[in-house]
Amino acid sequence: MVLSKTFSKSDDSIHSTFASRYVRTSLPRFKMPENSIPKEAAFQIINDELMLDGNPRLNLASFVTTWMEPECDKLIMASVNKNYVDMDEYPVTTELQNRCVNMIAHLFNAPLGEAEAAVGVGTVGSSEAIMLAGLAFKRKWQNKMKAEGKPYDKPNIVTGANVQVCWEKFARYFEVELKEVKLREDYLVMDPVKAVEMVDENTICVAAILGSTLNGEFEDVKLLNDLLIEKNKQTGWDTPIHVDAASGGFIAPFLYPELEWDFRLPLVKSINVSGHKYGLVYAGIGWVIWRSKEDLPEELIFHINYLGTDQPTFTLNFSKGSSQVIAQYYQLIRLGFEGYKNVMENCRENMLVLKAGLEKTGRFNIVSKDNGVPLVAFSLKNNSCHDEFEVSDYLRRFGWIVPAYTMPPDAQNVTVLRVVIREDFSRTLAERLVIDIQKVLHELDTLPAKITAKIALNGENADKNVTVVTKKSAIETQREITTVWKKFVMEKKKMNGVC
Amino acid sequence: MVLTTTIPDCDEQLNSTFASRYVRTPVPKYKMPANPIPKEAAYQIINDELMLDGTPRLNLASFVTTWMEPECEKLMMASMNKNYVDMDEYPVTTELQNRCVNMIARLFNAPVGETDTAVGVGTVGSSEAIMLAGLAFKRKWQSKRKLEGKPYDKPNIVTGANVQVCWEKFARYFEVELKEVKLSEGYYVMDPVKAVEMVDENTICVAAILGSTLNGEFENVKLLNELLTEKNKETGWDTPIHVDAASGGFVAPFIYPNLEWDFRLPLVKSINASGHKYGLVYPGVGWVVWRTKEDLPDDLVFHINYLGSDQPTFTLNFSKGSSQIIAQYYQFVRLGFEGYKNVMENCLENARALKEGIEKTGLFNIVSKDEGVPLVAFSLKDSSKYDVFEISGSLRRFGWIVPAYTMPPDAQHIAVLRVVIREDFSRALAERLISDIVKVMKEMETHPIRVSTKTAHVTATVDETQDGEDGGKKNIKKSARETPEEIATYWRQLAARKKTGVC
Repeated sequence: MVLSKTFSKSDDSIHSTFASRYVRTSLPRFKMPENSIPKEAAFQIINDELMLDGNPRLNLASFVTTWMEPECDKLIMASVNKNYVDMDEYPVTTELQNRCVNMIAHLFNAPLGEAEAAVGVGTVGSSEAIMLAGLAFKRKWQNKMKAEGKPYDKPNIVTGANVQVCWEKFARYFEVELKEVKLREDYLVMDPVKAVEMVDENTICVAAILGSTLNGEFEDVKLLNDLLIEKNKQTGWDTPIHVDAASGGFIAPFLYPELEWDFRLPLVKSINVSGHKYGLVYAGIGWVIWRSKEDLPEELIFHINYLGTDQPTFTLNFSKGSSQVIAQYYQLIRLGFEGYKNVMENCRENMLVLKAGLEKTGRFNIVSKDNGVPLVAFSLKNNSCHDEFEVSDYLRRFGWIVPAYTMPPDAQNVTVLRVVIREDFSRTLAERLVIDIQKVLHELDTLPAKITAKIALNGENADKNVTVVTKKSAIETQREITTVWKKFVMEKKKMNGVC
Repeated sequence: MVLTTTIPDCDEQLNSTFASRYVRTPVPKYKMPANPIPKEAAYQIINDELMLDGTPRLNLASFVTTWMEPECEKLMMASMNKNYVDMDEYPVTTELQNRCVNMIARLFNAPVGETDTAVGVGTVGSSEAIMLAGLAFKRKWQSKRKLEGKPYDKPNIVTGANVQVCWEKFARYFEVELKEVKLSEGYYVMDPVKAVEMVDENTICVAAILGSTLNGEFENVKLLNELLTEKNKETGWDTPIHVDAASGGFVAPFIYPNLEWDFRLPLVKSINASGHKYGLVYPGVGWVVWRTKEDLPDDLVFHINYLGSDQPTFTLNFSKGSSQIIAQYYQFVRLGFEGYKNVMENCLENARALKEGIEKTGLFNIVSKDEGVPLVAFSLKDSSKYDVFEISGSLRRFGWIVPAYTMPPDAQHIAVLRVVIREDFSRALAERLISDIVKVMKEMETHPIRVSTKTAHVTATVDETQDGEDGGKKNIKKSARETPEEIATYWRQLAARKKTGVC
């Protein structure tokens, strides 16, 4: 007689998560698992693995918002299942997007009449916004060249070498040549004079950046506008300007209202801004605004007719969540002009505190300007013993993520550390960061191995005895390390990507 | 002596939201308000306005997921502030995306070894996925033509007229000609024979749809593959296939595992699927997978080097939230193959129940097939007294959003109602929907006066606008005939222009 034992399955459901068998097996990586697991186990396992991600709020590399009020979180969660593109099913959400577009257009001084609707759209981020703006310029230029009977197969765009990678993407994917104005060591943004020189009859637009990713500086759009008007008068090419205000668009109107960079300048035809940077919304929203209907060729717009109402749409993405659009509207009415101004002023204050703290150490040069996006970019006065990448590395151990970058050509020998001051980077955190940076410098100063190698380096030309061999290895390894680092740095595409 | 009284602001704080002054002023619409308002007021005002949006779960027009488990929502909220593109700062999130790509590639039988990494990427939706796949085809074709010394300025793509609007967008924005295979009555998907006939040397790929938006049908990718292989042998053009499996990609592998539509067919070079449809994730995630590295031209890929590790990226969007990627991984791990199969089988069962209920009314033709995406598309047997648009309008009163569409050319005279069966459309809801449809049909059938009242109503308007013209009576008679015609024409025109946008 065979005695068979059946294991009762009910044991499984009573087990607490960490007592169940689900935490004993490794998580599937390449193939979908055959069987289901309880939701508590799924949640816990994934949650635990995600603990090893960086802490978003300590990520000082990013401009993207990392904190919102709980009330807004509630709205976000409630609308996470609303497909934003269903304009007919969710008319209020669509209306909220339109209101945001109008508010932002007015913020940028778009030449609109009292009851006129602004031309613009919400996107997933500035990348999509820039691609849409670029598409509009390309199509307009093509139509113009066709009408004049000229070739239209070689469009180009003039911009600074400090552009964010999305411009390179736009150029490569939409087959437009990217003509970059090289930087200089003392001038880390696009030089309007050089830019205008590079404009030719195939230029679809000149793109200026309000808030360069690398050092937060605002480019001189007014000067660019003036010079380009001159050139247009001579050539008759009518080259327009696009302002990439991804970071600066929600800063300049509040902190520097006198600065003319937006639609007040006649050649500016479109502007993009990231709602998820200083628009103070979580990742996943950007805006692009056109000056007027004429600047957006009708043939690019798709008309969707849902039971009567005509809804024009011009986006690359289709289905997506509504949460961020609603969150943007929340911020605009919750804070209002005054609220945004206060937030930006706080950021600027904290930036000045951090800057002062760094200057006081006496070890850094400050590369960023006071006027611009609130961030501090700084480089070591003396980086022969240790460089900025090491400082960045060591800061990680304290939990801070502070990136180190080299500048694009022709300023590649300038390396900076960059700290972005977001809304949730308070004075206390700024003071803590300064303390931790001092600790890191102290540690690096006391590292013996590297210093000895350096000394060996100095004496290399002299001796030829045995000691030289050991010394040579030290030198060689040191050299090898530096070469490897140099390679990394050289190969580093402008992924000033963290933005 | 002047007595100054300062009114403390704290009164405002004490007021409950609906007692405060903030609900008395009009909501700012077109200009940013000058001053801030308390967060409770901001929340309440917006929340209240949003009450007038449709209920996502009753939106039977959409394939996009409208319900997820609370545990998953917890994970989503926790990762709302993680910028997905920061690969170095969030290595685990990046790793989760890679795992999803690998799982999906293997689900689609991509020819990858046990430990090979699949080639693919997470996107915001199938639109972005399709644009990336199309870009890859376009670039590959251009490189090939350049090598052959032939012109490469007129690329085209062959697809059925039933394609979703994102293909038209791709064509228009990336300057590729769209050659559409027209539909015909009774055949509402792309005919592989006609498609292959349309292929020429400028064709960058043929796009087949697994799960047509209009009636859920799967196109015959296997036949397309065979015919195209033949043609390629004759012409030497090497035209590849892309499968738009936006809806079907997460249905076919579980319900119809023997259906050959994926990488098992040699000409299929890339596939896209919407994670936010039957991938069972909230809107905002899609996937595109390529067969091998060779099918994705390297010059389209940007390489990011963060302190050592090389991360190749190829997306249109840059910064975006991580929530949906993590949610997709949650679903894969939580449900597994068995779980997805159970969900899809439930959907099919509920679709069958709905279909039977609709057939029992005797008033409808079922246009959708049994094999395909779980949805029921049905048209009226007799549309002389009322049409599907009116039924759709009436169902709204019960809270249901059931869209009505006309087919694209050359089947524009067929109009259908479509109900998509999602995971959260239970049998109980199906039965309720049937009873509400029955109610609506009874109304339609027993109130033919509807047409004349409509006429009368419109006649009144016509009279108003035609003040002082020909004699009153003459106007009315003409109007009785003209106005229904005008209404019908107006609706027909509207329907003809309708993009099948809701997907």
